[in-house]
Formats: sequence, structure tokens, C-alpha cells
Amino acid sequence: MNPKDFIAEHVQNLPRSGIRDFFAIVSEMPQAISLGIGEPDFITPWKIREASIFALEKGKTSYTDNRGLLSLRKEISTYVSSFFGPDYDPQSEILVTVGVSEAIDIALRAILNPGDKVLYHEPCYVSYAPSVSLAFGEAIPVGTIPEQSFSLDPEAFEKAWQPGCKVLLLNFPTNPTGGTADKQKLERLAKFAVEKDLIVISDEIYAELTYEGEHFSIVDLPGMKDRTILLHGFSKGFAMTGFRVGFACGPDWLIEAMMKIHQYCMMCAPILSQEAAIEALRHGVDDVKRMREQYQKRRDFIVRRFNQMGLSCHLPRGSFYAFPSVHSLGLNEVDFCHRLLREYEVAVVPGTAFGPHGKNHVRASFSTSYDKLVDATDRIEKFVESVQAEKEDASAAV
Amino acid sequence: MSDLLKILQETADPDSSKLAKILGLAVEDVEKQLHELKENGSLLGWVPLLHPSKSPSDSVRAVIEVKISPEREGGFDRLAHRISKFDEVEACHLMSGAYDLMVIVQGKNLHAVASFVSERLSTIEGVLSTATHFLLRSYKEHGHLLAKDGEAYEKPPVSA
Repeated sequence: MNPKDFIAEHVQNLPRSGIRDFFAIVSEMPQAISLGIGEPDFITPWKIREASIFALEKGKTSYTDNRGLLSLRKEISTYVSSFFGPDYDPQSEILVTVGVSEAIDIALRAILNPGDKVLYHEPCYVSYAPSVSLAFGEAIPVGTIPEQSFSLDPEAFEKAWQPGCKVLLLNFPTNPTGGTADKQKLERLAKFAVEKDLIVISDEIYAELTYEGEHFSIVDLPGMKDRTILLHGFSKGFAMTGFRVGFACGPDWLIEAMMKIHQYCMMCAPILSQEAAIEALRHGVDDVKRMREQYQKRRDFIVRRFNQMGLSCHLPRGSFYAFPSVHSLGLNEVDFCHRLLREYEVAVVPGTAFGPHGKNHVRASFSTSYDKLVDATDRIEKFVESVQAEKEDASAAV
Repeated sequence: MSDLLKILQETADPDSSKLAKILGLAVEDVEKQLHELKENGSLLGWVPLLHPSKSPSDSVRAVIEVKISPEREGGFDRLAHRISKFDEVEACHLMSGAYDLMVIVQGKNLHAVASFVSERLSTIEGVLSTATHFLLRSYKEHGHLLAKDGEAYEKPPVSA
């Protein structure tokens, strides 16, 4: 038996995640300080955990409506209306999913015919290109650049467009760059989406973690609600990664199409997580603000330290990642990460784990305590000095 | 609240060189700010926070509900200040509700606390009544959970 014959070709062709490769190495070094964590360092606020425990004690262990508990969808509708702008009907325009990851998967599978093209910006979250491939679509990455702080560049999307493009996949604030999109640029992009008749899938999971100004969603622009699926969830802002609960808001015909896939592959999001999510929306918003304030101070610290040590780092306007350039050291991002881990026991993630446009950059999460951030940045500084000294020695020898 | 105080509340570490790094200031500037905060009374001082069962002391603690007569000038303040001055008193708060002052007292043993209440506190003119509750076990101190496993949980070192 040849195992290869039994694995679908499009799955065989999926590349391994660069994150997984690096995870394997870091896992063998438990003493290392990790700035590689892609989730909040805060534990879910107790009131939210307690709501889930209470639901368990009450015997809430059943399936729910495929679309999610109506009480949760009503809370989502109220929250989305106040935070993002548009009103969605809890009965027909909201679907509760197992995290935003599932929502991206089923949205793409609901929309794409084989060969349909998806425009998305890169560097980006690791699942976008594989999710497009698994839906038999073709991924068209559009680079965002450090000179523009990796923010949205509508012109680059316009240039990258080609016949067969059907979907525009956005993620602002962005993992891993912290880039954001301002209203003016989103207006231009919205116009482009209308002109080219594109569906927009907007993953706004980091929306609450916006530090400069207020988050603005493309879905709040005139005419965009009819062609946009807004994806959001509880993992990042509410520190609920392990609960695996997110949601999609969109036109009823798109939500219904996603529902068809969701009901067969997932049934519903876990009821205990849905109960926790209700509590999060009812009473957890102040906790989100508290955590955001702390992330912002840590962001200011780590960005300043990277720039002080000569690693050029733009100010991430959202998310909890800094994305400094290591180009000045003459090391590529993978060598930088491996040497830093081996020699100074600090883990950061190579930018290319998030796509080729992340070359010469590394992702460092500031979702960690000050003690660790201070220690980690001191070690990185020593590493940078040692590499610079090597470079000087090498040039002197020549 | 100043940035320095916010960071101090989070890190609980008065190491001025570390604070200088976090705030992007010179060490001297941080030390100057710390000095000013102490001078103006914003920063009262530092207390090591001990786990009661891991560093058992010979003392006992009690919460005492105290009813007092308010005075025509000064209300409850004069008596509250007077009670607060006893070394045995760890904390003293004016309360709303069924009693006036909540006084937290520490003593060598039960007998010492009882003596303090009956001989010192109750005998002050203006103190109408006291109700003493001894602390049996603590579960949380100044925001720190005291259960053995606490809230420690290792997250995966690298994730997307």
C-alpha cells in the first residue's frame, strides 16, 4: 500500500505550516522565553469561565440550533451594531461558528467554484492560502509593505486583480504585522469591490485591539453590507482562544449557504462556549478595555526597544504583535530566529511563516508579562550586538 | 494616575532600572519620580506580600465591626484616626450599613486580640459597640489567589 495514493492531491500539496516547524523546536527548550505565542497571555476573565461552569452544572450539555443559541445571536447582533455599525437579523444573518477559522473555511467553500480566485493581503494569518486551496480556489496574495507600516494598500489590490477573482479576503488589524486600514483606503477598496463585483470576507478578530483611533470596518460603508461577510469572535479581545467560538454576519443568502456546510461538518459550536460567549458580551467588555490598555503599554515598550537596538520596527496600530525587520543584520529571518533561540533562548517567529512577503522580518508577540518582555528584549539586544560584532570582524578581516 | 504608578501596580517591582527600561526614561528620572510620589504621599511604601500558610506567623487576625458616635464637628474622623493609631490596627475603614468602622486587627494570639478589643477599643469614649470576627483561612490576598495550583497554566510556546 502506498500511503500517498490515499491522500488527496490537493492535501498532499499543502505546505506544512512554518509555525508547526518552529513549535517543534521551541517545545524542546522549555527554559526559553517565548514571544511566539499567538494568543493573549491573560486567562479568560473568571466571570466568563464561571458562566460556562454554571451552564455545565445546570446540565447544558446538548447540541444547540445549528446557527447557535438565539440568545447569543441576539447579543452578537447588539454588540456588532454598537461596535462595527451595521444591524444584523439574529434569525437569518448571523451564524455562530467554531472560531473564525471555521468561518473562513465554510465561507470560502460556500462561495468558490474550482479555480475561482481570492485576493488577500500578505503577510497574513497562516490559514488563508491553505483554506483557499482546500476550497479548490486559487490564492492571489497582495503584498503589504513595511514602508507603509503594512497597512492596507488599495492600489496594490487593483493592480493584482485578474479575471476570475471572486473574493477579497481582508484581516485588519493584521496578524502578524499589526497593520490597520483607515476609512479613506477602505472606501477606495470598497469601490473596487463593487466595480469588480467581489464578495468581501473581512476577518476582524483583532478589532477590539486597535490602539490608534477607533476600529473601522469596511462593512459599515454604503452598499458593503450586501456583499460582505464580517467575521469576528471571542478569542483575542476576550482572551477566549480555547473556547473556540466565533461568528459570521452577512446577507441571509450567504449565511444560509455557509449554514449548509456548517450543519453537516460541525453541527454547532459547543454549548458551553456559547454560554461563555453570552456572558462575555453582556459583562466582559470592560475586561477587554483593561487588557487592551495593558497591551498598548507593552507595545510601546517593545517597539521602542527594537528600534533602540537597531531593528527597525513600525508601530503596530492593532493586534498584539510587533514585526521588526532583521535585514540590517545581514541575517535572513529564519537564521535570525534559529540563532536567537539557540544562543540566547528567546523564541520569535520567522516572518515567512506568514507568507513570502514576511521575509526579513520576525513576529514578536507582546502578549506577555513585563518581566519576560524586559528579559527577552535584553537578550535580543545582546544577540544583535554579537551579530554586529561578527560582521565588523568579518569586514576587518577582508 | 501617572504611567509610573500604572506600571508599578502591574509589575509590583520597584527596581528603578527595570522601570526606566519599560518607560523609556533615564534611571535618575525614575528615581526622582519615585521620590516625588513618596514625598507627596501618593506612594505609601512597600510591603512584602506573604503566603499565610507558607510563611506562618504566630499572629491571628480579626475583623472588628465598630459602632461609634459621630461628633458635631468632624463626624467619625477624630475617633477613626484615634483607633487607627494603635499598632495592632492593620487597616481601618469607614463603612456604610449596619456599623461604622471596619477595623482589621492583628495580634499575637486570640487572647491578645480579645484584650485589645475589651481593654483598649471598647473603652474609648464614643465607641458604642464592637463585634469581633476572627479570620480562619485566606483564599485571596491583594489580588493573589492562594490555592496551591493558583491559575498557572502553560500556553503552547508558539502558535499562529
